[in-house]
Amino acid sequence: MKSLAELEAIRQKTLSRINLRKEDESEAVRVVVGMATCGIAAGARPVMLGFMDEISKRGLNHVTVSQTGCIGMCRLEPMVDVYLPGQEKVTYVHVTPEKVSRIVAEHIVNGRPVEEYTIGATEDK
Amino acid sequence: MRDLSLHILDLAQNSVRAEATVVSLSVLAGEDGMLTILIEDDGCGMSEELLARVQSPFSTTRTTRKVGLGIPMMAENCRLAGGDLSIRSTLGKGTCLTATMNTASIDCLPLGDLAGTVTALVSANPDKPDFTLCCRSPKGEMQFDTREIRLALQGVPLNEPEIIAWMLESLQEEIQPIFGGVIL
Repeated sequence: MKSLAELEAIRQKTLSRINLRKEDESEAVRVVVGMATCGIAAGARPVMLGFMDEISKRGLNHVTVSQTGCIGMCRLEPMVDVYLPGQEKVTYVHVTPEKVSRIVAEHIVNGRPVEEYTIGATEDK
Repeated sequence: MRDLSLHILDLAQNSVRAEATVVSLSVLAGEDGMLTILIEDDGCGMSEELLARVQSPFSTTRTTRKVGLGIPMMAENCRLAGGDLSIRSTLGKGTCLTATMNTASIDCLPLGDLAGTVTALVSANPDKPDFTLCCRSPKGEMQFDTREIRLALQGVPLNEPEIIAWMLESLQEEIQPIFGGVIL
């Protein structure tokens, strides 16, 4: 395995921040990616890694990325749910790594969902 | 599925759902061009009755619908490429899935982004289970174990963005010389 010394440096850096976050649970944002067989086949893995990458680059420590199974709308995969505190869940469909940075910038950072990527916009067509 | 790493990502989640504490992934390439993929877990295992029908696409443990395509799709891809897929399982002890294929076959899927698969599994399941990865080919060998990382991190969660980024990069660096070729 690659040098665990490098890992120790990263650990030191994250420590102070983790303590900070514990005090602010109410600010937590959740991103949930559909990762069942249908989601994976449609491209959910690069989407999930795209969110991790964007969150890491922007230092958004209050955001967690997790996964869920198939919710029965396989034709709309990859699907991503974004939960902002005090707001209703927003479901994005046909998400690609290219769409991820816009969702992070406009929705997670600035609080305005990207309407054109949501399930509502797709299903109305 | 476009590549083998996506199949591994899909099927490893069966092990997660089986409440495994350790999921061991191995990708072994022999001198003769045969590729063997092992997905082993110490989860709840399957009854003989379930094991007998688990390769059918109309078999699933889900209650919401009647199809489960993960295993049958990988089995199909193995058989197309001159290999096979078999599963051994003991109720209460765990399950071991073995997939083989001949890399010389035109129908053999590329390996794909194995580092991305392991990173996605760890970041989606930061607390439990632990994951290990073993890659071996005539060009070399590597071992990866989240238990070692967990120990080094002393309580810092595995899914901290910087740690995930480190994991992805170090896995890519170590896997590339062993299997080389096209990643995506």
